[in-house]
Amino acid sequence: MSDISAKSRRPAPPKPASIWDYANPTRFLGLANAVLPWLAGAMALAFAAGLWLSFTAPEDYQQGRSVLIMFIHVPAAWLSMMCYSVMALAGLGTLVWRHPLADVSLRAAAPIGAAFTFLALVTGSLWGKPMWGTWWVWDARLTSVLVLFIIYMGIIALARAIEDPLTAARSLAIVTLVGFVNIPIIKFSVDWWNTLHQPASVSRFGRPAMDAAFLHPLLTMALAYTLLFFTLHLMAMRNEILRRRVRSMRMMAAREAS
Amino acid sequence: MQLVAENLAVDRGERRIFEGLSFSVAAGMALVVTGPNGAGKSTLIKAIAGFLTPSAGAIRLDGLTGEARPVREHCHYLAHDNALKSQLTVDENLSFWWQFMGAPRANIEEALERVGLPGIGELPVGYLSAGQKRRVAIARLLLNERPVWLVDEPTSALDKASETRFAELVHEHLDRGGIIVAATHQALGLKDAQSLGMGTPLPNPSPQGGGAHESPTT
Amino acid sequence: MMALFARELKLATRVGAGAMTGVLFFLAVVTVVPFAVGPDLNLLARIGPAVLWIGALLASLLGLDRLFQQDREDGSLAILLMSEHPSALIVFVKCLAHWAATGLPLIVAAPIFGLFLNMEAKAIAATVATLAVGTPAITFIGAVGAAVTVTLARGGLIIAILVLPLVLPSLIFGVAASYGAVEDPAPFTQPFIMLTAVTLFLAVLGPLAAGFALKHAID
Repeated sequence: MSDISAKSRRPAPPKPASIWDYANPTRFLGLANAVLPWLAGAMALAFAAGLWLSFTAPEDYQQGRSVLIMFIHVPAAWLSMMCYSVMALAGLGTLVWRHPLADVSLRAAAPIGAAFTFLALVTGSLWGKPMWGTWWVWDARLTSVLVLFIIYMGIIALARAIEDPLTAARSLAIVTLVGFVNIPIIKFSVDWWNTLHQPASVSRFGRPAMDAAFLHPLLTMALAYTLLFFTLHLMAMRNEILRRRVRSMRMMAAREAS
Repeated sequence: MQLVAENLAVDRGERRIFEGLSFSVAAGMALVVTGPNGAGKSTLIKAIAGFLTPSAGAIRLDGLTGEARPVREHCHYLAHDNALKSQLTVDENLSFWWQFMGAPRANIEEALERVGLPGIGELPVGYLSAGQKRRVAIARLLLNERPVWLVDEPTSALDKASETRFAELVHEHLDRGGIIVAATHQALGLKDAQSLGMGTPLPNPSPQGGGAHESPTT
Repeated sequence: MMALFARELKLATRVGAGAMTGVLFFLAVVTVVPFAVGPDLNLLARIGPAVLWIGALLASLLGLDRLFQQDREDGSLAILLMSEHPSALIVFVKCLAHWAATGLPLIVAAPIFGLFLNMEAKAIAATVATLAVGTPAITFIGAVGAAVTVTLARGGLIIAILVLPLVLPSLIFGVAASYGAVEDPAPFTQPFIMLTAVTLFLAVLGPLAAGFALKHAID
């Protein structure tokens, strides 16, 4: 939230406490700059550990080496959903609490979420090629992720289409929340649609309880991904705040140029 | 060089806006078209710019050397709209017109300086005020060489200082042998201009003439 | 003219303009088809070229109403048309830029969408080739629709209705050539040449007609 727009929305908020302190973008920037190196360091460590565990994991008797893709794919799919939840929360923050940073957070999270979703789609497709013999099947899970990807891209397109951040904030929040409420319904109907046409050509695996040898690298990778998300999200929020500052400074320059 | 209109009549749809209109403007002269709303000031400008084909009469530019080209190609047109893209910066907007129109005369920095907006080239046009946009649009007229300026309410949205500055630019253009046709409510500060008072709108439909008369005040 | 091309591209990629929206719409159309016809991979592979063509066709219709409307609203169109450049050439350049900004991304995305539809590599290659040759025709004929509806506030739908029947030849030859590449008795070269001819013809007719229509839209 730029200083100007924050001012125009709420005239001088009373001395805030706790999390509201960081509603002040300057204070938030300070916090972000302080936290980011630690977050990035933790992320690097988690990735190192996760990758090491992944590559030393035994081969799956059924999937062979391609089980490795799972350590990349599954956390990406989890994160694609977590990121959307963060956005929905931010949407609530915009609509209900009018927290000036909520909109920044939503806007910053959308491309990251789309990237994780895209990664999940690509790795799912890469994994599917040797398993299913084709790059893509309209499997219920993959299809749901694809629909999520389209929702992400729609939100990004909307964010890009409205130039004024204040006007965009409300619309983005509403669309995100409507999407959030709809996701379970979409997921359910896609599952139903998929069982309706069970494609015979697709070999399906049962889902046995996962062996610890696979669980550990998976969870470590999930932790690494989560840290990656927060690192990227903070950086993107910082950029968004700076972008809005540039915008209001340019407007100021225009006003001052007689 | 002389801009001549002979017995001009222009229709818009079924409606005759004016007819029997004649004038001639010599190089270094300005023609100020005045009249109430609906009298056809903008219509006349658009007819000269070639967007409305006269139903009778003709508009021509006499005394030019070189191959004959339509009148519109010798004209700068400053309409109500500024012809600027709000998504692009001032520089991007002006440099497009500068390249597109040919016959470059001034560079963008000079032109912006002349309208009193130095150093705003990097700002998106969308951030500017109405008056600033109008001045950027005026700066466009300075970029390329066109002997005839067709200006429609050029000083709308301008403050006094900018109006004075625009009057300077107008005088300069006339001193260089240019022609200006201006449709305006406000006086442009032109000392010796022909004025063309356009009367009340013709009744509709109107077979009888006399909607416009010329009153040179030179 | 290069300046005009560069400006149009710049405008198409700036904030507020949706060059990306067309690709997204294309993706949405392709995604919706399996929900409607079922996820049978063999069926999807068979109708793949047709789905890609219909998706690309609909996506190309999307941004057409913006082709001249904004230029008219902000007064740029009048000044463009007053210049010494012929109006047909101005329209042609605007069409090329519009296609480069909105049509080209569709063609780049089409192979990925082909994978969704389980199309074989040869069918994908043929469909992409026909799209590359065929979609400019949609823009050229769309320019006519955009020019005659430029004064209307809600011209978008009318353009689609006006343009769809006129692009049928491109659709017919495009899909025919795509199938010709994979299904044995059907020829590829013949419909492909016809498709090229239609595009070239419309590249001349469209800008001429649109330029003529635009001159009468300024008043």
